[in-house]
Amino acid sequence: MYGEGILKGMAVTLKHLFKKPVTVQYPEERAPMFPRFRGYEFVWYEDRCTGCASCAKYCPLGTIRIETETEPDPNVGDRYGLKVFDIDTGRCMFCGLCVEACPYDALFMGTGFERATYTRPSMVVHIDELRAAKKKPSAYARPHLHGINFEDETSLSSEEAGR
Amino acid sequence: MTLKTEPITVNIGPQHPSTHGVFRLRVAFDGEVIQDVEPVFGYLHRGSEKLAEERTYTQVVTLTDRLDYVAPMTSNQAYVLAVERLMGIEAPERGQYIRVMMAELMRIASHLMMIGFFLQDMGAFGTPLMYTFREREDILDLFEMVCGARITVTYMRVGGVQADLPPEFTPALERFLAKIPGQIDDLEQLLSGNEILIARTKNVGLLSAEAAINGSVTGPALRASGVDWDLRKSDPYEIYDQLEFDVPIGENGDNYDRFVLRLEEMRQSVRIVRQCKEQMPGGPHRLELPMLLRPPAGDAYGRVEAPKGELGFYLVSDGSIAPYRCAIRSPSFINLTVLRDMLIGWKLADMVTIFGSLDVNMGEVDR
Repeated sequence: MYGEGILKGMAVTLKHLFKKPVTVQYPEERAPMFPRFRGYEFVWYEDRCTGCASCAKYCPLGTIRIETETEPDPNVGDRYGLKVFDIDTGRCMFCGLCVEACPYDALFMGTGFERATYTRPSMVVHIDELRAAKKKPSAYARPHLHGINFEDETSLSSEEAGR
Repeated sequence: MTLKTEPITVNIGPQHPSTHGVFRLRVAFDGEVIQDVEPVFGYLHRGSEKLAEERTYTQVVTLTDRLDYVAPMTSNQAYVLAVERLMGIEAPERGQYIRVMMAELMRIASHLMMIGFFLQDMGAFGTPLMYTFREREDILDLFEMVCGARITVTYMRVGGVQADLPPEFTPALERFLAKIPGQIDDLEQLLSGNEILIARTKNVGLLSAEAAINGSVTGPALRASGVDWDLRKSDPYEIYDQLEFDVPIGENGDNYDRFVLRLEEMRQSVRIVRQCKEQMPGGPHRLELPMLLRPPAGDAYGRVEAPKGELGFYLVSDGSIAPYRCAIRSPSFINLTVLRDMLIGWKLADMVTIFGSLDVNMGEVDR
């Protein structure tokens, strides 16, 4: 019969008419991120970081810039002092290799995703911003962080975040 | 008196919406009939092969995501298989199961994309594409759950996968497996009986088995022509020899066969994912390997059955931390070689559908 295929197809569209929409009205509603989401705002703990630059070495694009100096405190012998720790997120592709390479659990991926800015230089995250930022680490390559719910004000201390 | 006519050369692309990327065709028309075709590509060339020579073996995984951006998991898999062959190691069984499961989910997602865009090219504007994207979204959510990203996954590593499956993965996968067969049926019912679709696809864009073999065509485009060649069966890698599935074969090698074959392949992929979920063994998901790998000098070729055909990586090592040479055999690029023969004699409107039925991804063609 001519038109049978069209009727069959229309039956499918009709069925979909009564289904709940799958879209999310973004600025008002937000889809929850998964714990392993590799997102913006890297989380960095200065007291755990030794300045070994493993992250900078494993970055495929060389977006992390680290400058170290002698640790000013003479009682600490197993780490460098950090002068510069810049992450150029404008070039970063969020592959997560830096986080995987960090042997001291000092660097984590973030959980945010709204990273639009007006200029390129403002995409470079400097050491002071990293120090001051709220710590909401993602569970990527850090399975022990699985299942932590981040409220607006949560900020994980370095003892809680480390293994 | 007869009118003297000359063929008209028309430039289609590279910004034409139907060319699925930046692909350009220089076509000579006699009226509406195609006389000659010259494909022009290279607009998306990023030099992945050359970049790979300056990256360590682990870092190259990030480049493979960007080859076929519709199916990054299979690109990852082909690359890590090549490195594993180079080093003479094998991933633990659980890692192999996870890899195969991800590759088959990726195949479903890639075929969904192809079907959506194919029907869109046919004039079914919007509706099928929205349906296929909705279903693909579920798969991308599963990927995000496992590895933290939807497209640029960078999930597979030499000697296994980056991370084990999270606890919330299995229930989500079960929910997905419960609804996807019905959704594939819906997709089939939606248009495959439609008279317009049948008129535009049956016996259009014929590719004979002989021409397909001569052009080194692989993947669904080859199987639609009636050739039983699937690397998962012909040269089983990882754990495919322990799984039960059928390889669907077409008859005529026309557009319709290529479209229906992909629907059937998705059903088989669902079967494979279900088996992987049931047989999933315990144990480690990854070998303990250093981040900087130094494979012994030599060469190796690793290949997988990607959604678009045989995807292979040929690696040459000189014993250092980066590959000396990384050559990529991409299925989309080689499937394009038969495009000229398939297009000649058909009309302008058929050009779009024939090209769409080949399912070519420009990221992989230009590399």
